[in-house]
Amino acid sequence: MTANVDRPHDWPKVRLHVVTGKGGTGKSTVAAALALALATSGRNVLLCEVEGRQGIARMFDVDPLPYEERRLAKGAPDENGRAGQVLALHIDPESALLEYLAMYYKLGRAGKALDRFGVIDFATTIAPGVRDVLLTGKVYEAVQRPRGGRHKEQITYDAVVLDAPPTGRICQFLGVNSELAGLAKVGPVKSQADKVMELLRSPRTAVHLVTILEEMPVQETSDGIRELRAAGLPVGGVVVNLVRPQALSPSALAQVRDDTVDPTAVTSELARARVDVDAELVESLVAEARDHAVRRHLEDEQRALVAAEGVPTYELPRLAGGIDQGALVELAQLLRRQGMA
Amino acid sequence: MTNTPPPLDVDAMLDDRTTEIIVCCGAGGVGKTTTSAALALRAAERGRKVVVLTIDPARRLAQSMGIEQLDNTPRPVAAVDTGAGGSLDAMMLDMKRTFDEVVESQASPEKARQILDNPFYVALSSSFAGTQEYMAMEKLGQLHRQALADGSHDLIVVDTPPSRSALDFLDAPERLSSFLDGRFIRLLLAPARGPARLMTAGFSVVTNSLTKVLGAQVLRDMQTFVAAFDTLFGGFRQRADQTFALLQADGTAFLVVAAPEPDALREAAYFVDRLTDDDMPLAGLVVNRASPSARTELSAEAAITAADRLQSADSSSLTAGLLRLHADRVRIIEREQHLRERFAAAHPQVPTAVVPAMASDVHDLDGLRAIGASLASQGSDGD
Repeated sequence: MTANVDRPHDWPKVRLHVVTGKGGTGKSTVAAALALALATSGRNVLLCEVEGRQGIARMFDVDPLPYEERRLAKGAPDENGRAGQVLALHIDPESALLEYLAMYYKLGRAGKALDRFGVIDFATTIAPGVRDVLLTGKVYEAVQRPRGGRHKEQITYDAVVLDAPPTGRICQFLGVNSELAGLAKVGPVKSQADKVMELLRSPRTAVHLVTILEEMPVQETSDGIRELRAAGLPVGGVVVNLVRPQALSPSALAQVRDDTVDPTAVTSELARARVDVDAELVESLVAEARDHAVRRHLEDEQRALVAAEGVPTYELPRLAGGIDQGALVELAQLLRRQGMA
Repeated sequence: MTNTPPPLDVDAMLDDRTTEIIVCCGAGGVGKTTTSAALALRAAERGRKVVVLTIDPARRLAQSMGIEQLDNTPRPVAAVDTGAGGSLDAMMLDMKRTFDEVVESQASPEKARQILDNPFYVALSSSFAGTQEYMAMEKLGQLHRQALADGSHDLIVVDTPPSRSALDFLDAPERLSSFLDGRFIRLLLAPARGPARLMTAGFSVVTNSLTKVLGAQVLRDMQTFVAAFDTLFGGFRQRADQTFALLQADGTAFLVVAAPEPDALREAAYFVDRLTDDDMPLAGLVVNRASPSARTELSAEAAITAADRLQSADSSSLTAGLLRLHADRVRIIEREQHLRERFAAAHPQVPTAVVPAMASDVHDLDGLRAIGASLASQGSDGD
């Protein structure tokens, strides 16, 4: 059942996994689970967030993350109980800009002067797209970091998972570098922006979309896929999240739907299971199952639409207890079992 | 139940003629657009002359309201019951067009053209991550001025953009103002305006760095843009301040929309605190997508134990499946209840409406009516 560590999975060439999705679909949960799933034995995975929400810290119940790569958790163990590690990075544009200036331009004193003049503020809040350029630029740096490079103490990553802005903004977010490259016709910013775009458009990147089986998110997912393709960005898989429990077999579901459940049989079964049973209880349970069947039917319709997109899809269940680190590991195992990692 | 918040009386709010603006805000994906549309429709059918400003409605909902065209003008919604003397217009925000119109209204035609063609303006007005917020507020101000002038509407319902953080929307006017006062702007304007002695040592360090990083041509485009825009800044700031005052006025009601999920409720709590701090009139909290309550008292634990017993004998037992579904439902409801109680414990005074999840998405007026009825029936079902 469980596959072995080096078993092929669906995205062997991908170094940068971008995870997007409509609000409310649980994209941050999926990004975290994917990072854990990719961190098999001996591998380092970086999980980045860029929206200032500190969602990673909350999910893993640690202090708010600084602009610094921090060890977050062990990956989901393989069948031999071995795991790699997940590091986390909270990218904020101000820090990214100062680091960028220091790194590429050795702007020690001038960097501070820029800050004093409000340039940092301008660049990260008002100047068109600069914010997103800085955020993707930092992600690019982590993905491209050479092994044994200038800074020997720096960790290099086998994979980077980016908890990205929502589907409605994803093309704009990933495409800003091409826009900036358009604005800046020459110069270092242009060549940097071009390099970032080259990575984002290459087979080393995959943009995964998270959805739930409801009409609007599924519609937004297929719009998103179309827009990503039009922008030349590589579409990854679709992760269908928060799937309802499949406690009823197809035949049981059909009985519930057709109203052919035999109440006497249910009554005697409940009695056998030592439940204090009466007709009302049986009726209530069947009625709840009917509500469930209606929703399952709607889910199936949406599932067919997702399948029609023709990209690899993965499903994750809705966990009644909510999301904590244990739940994330459970989801990571499920993603691995389905070949996403 | 401990920490029961007071029920939100939606109809009283809609019927109160002094309510002129209702702003629906909250995290993305919690059903803000649907809530806005449902409130607007209910208000119209109760006799108000309503316009609803939506940001990004689902396609079928937009079609059913007749606003799938982005033309930035309120259009009457057909099939609204006007028996009580009300009406409903709807519009979808076109952010670039709203921005262009502001520029055109503030500058001479020649200057406006210069600005509209500048690459920085094009980027700013179409893709900058805060523009949608500015423009939603700008459009709200326009609609309100027009309503005052010609009496076309007596209630404006606004949906807010799916912000990265719900706060962006409140901060938009402030951010614009502080940007306009920023030293960097003055710095960019300095060569165009002043004598050379203004160019201090610090200034040349900065421009040299910028030239190094961006290239001279970008800096020139930026300067041209800022210089051309300079004449408009005063007007922009004034409008932003006016909108902020409008939001604080008594005729405005903020509804914070959430789903019974930790993130959405955390954001809602943050928003409630922020509105209170800024003296914004908070009307209440709407919790959408609540799971339907269980139909029997059987506990989740008892159901699971029984299901295990049955499945040890027959793994495909239908009854075991029924029991597991019930247990799942009970657990989800308990979790949602717990989350809501926690919110209410921290914010006991916030009137709350809980709207159960609909089996399918809402894309017609009947669906909106059902949501509106559910919003208005708080407290009657004892929740």
